[in-house]
Amino acid sequence: MTTPPGGHPYSGGQQSPGEHGQNRFNFPSAPSRSGQGQHPYQQPHRQPGPYDQPPQPRIEPVQPRQTPQPSPAGGTHNPLVRPYAMTGGRTRPRYQLAIEALVHTTAEPARLQGQLPEHQRICHLCREIKSVAEISALLSIPLGVARILVADLAEAGLVAIHQPGGDESAGGQPDVTLLERVLSGLRKL
Amino acid sequence: MVAGGFGVGKTTFVGAVSEINPLRTEAVMTSASAGIDDLTHTGDKTTTTVAMDFGRITLDQDLILYLFGTPGQDRFWFMWDDLVRGAIGAVVLVDTRRLADCFPAVDYFENSGLPFVIALNGFDGHQPYTPDEVREALQIGPDTPIITTDARHRADAKSALITLVEHALMARLR
Repeated sequence: MTTPPGGHPYSGGQQSPGEHGQNRFNFPSAPSRSGQGQHPYQQPHRQPGPYDQPPQPRIEPVQPRQTPQPSPAGGTHNPLVRPYAMTGGRTRPRYQLAIEALVHTTAEPARLQGQLPEHQRICHLCREIKSVAEISALLSIPLGVARILVADLAEAGLVAIHQPGGDESAGGQPDVTLLERVLSGLRKL
Repeated sequence: MVAGGFGVGKTTFVGAVSEINPLRTEAVMTSASAGIDDLTHTGDKTTTTVAMDFGRITLDQDLILYLFGTPGQDRFWFMWDDLVRGAIGAVVLVDTRRLADCFPAVDYFENSGLPFVIALNGFDGHQPYTPDEVREALQIGPDTPIITTDARHRADAKSALITLVEHALMARLR
């Protein structure tokens, strides 16, 4: 993530308030099962192109960074801001966005003036339709944070959200019509 | 969803059929892992990042299919729960040399009721066991398709997805 525990720029070596705040991250605690394959967090090179990916999926604990990172010119990552600082400490959006919910903006660029930089980046990205997962990945924002920011934008009327179709009576599972369309689409690939 | 043990080829499978290079989204997990993660190297670590790779296939002007590779470790169930909602189904990739690696995924989808198919990923092009042998070993009922695949090949991945959606459709119509 963007800052190491204890690495808050304004709290020096002391424990920062965020240490406790981290317990309020969006995702609930996982059940305690034995974990293997933990690797120390490898310091990645921080100039990811939109579709660049590390080679292997890994589960990585976060290691305190030794050196502050320069902020890339493109503003793709601000290492001095904790993820949930962007959300004002909120860890849940006002309504639950599916990870695959589609986000699209038609807002005039002028309307984005005065919005938070993260909000602007999301709007900029979503001129072409993107899922919440893509927003998270392409802007290097944790999934839970992306959900909150997108929900903010929807509330402000700056983006439209297309929640995936589902059959409410079947627990949100796709209905038969949707399955048939997917099947037909796959066969045409 | 594309599930299976660590290193079984989930991201390869996603990449084979996705129209974009697989992307990675991350979620942050805190505190609960403190007792079980090795903290020796990480000082005051209180967070763990769970990474999840995914791809997309545009099927129609207004229809996009997302393929999510589930986080490999079964203690990240909360991410799975998030994905299951609204999912069509799951392809459980199996490396028959490490059959036990797929048990958690099979158990999970059997319990959640999400339609799934078992896809035997033939490493180096070899399929040492037949689907019937694997079905018996895994104690999988006759309704669940078991197919062979090569996660590196687009046609194979596509075929596995078609099998899955057909299976999901049958399950809904039944």
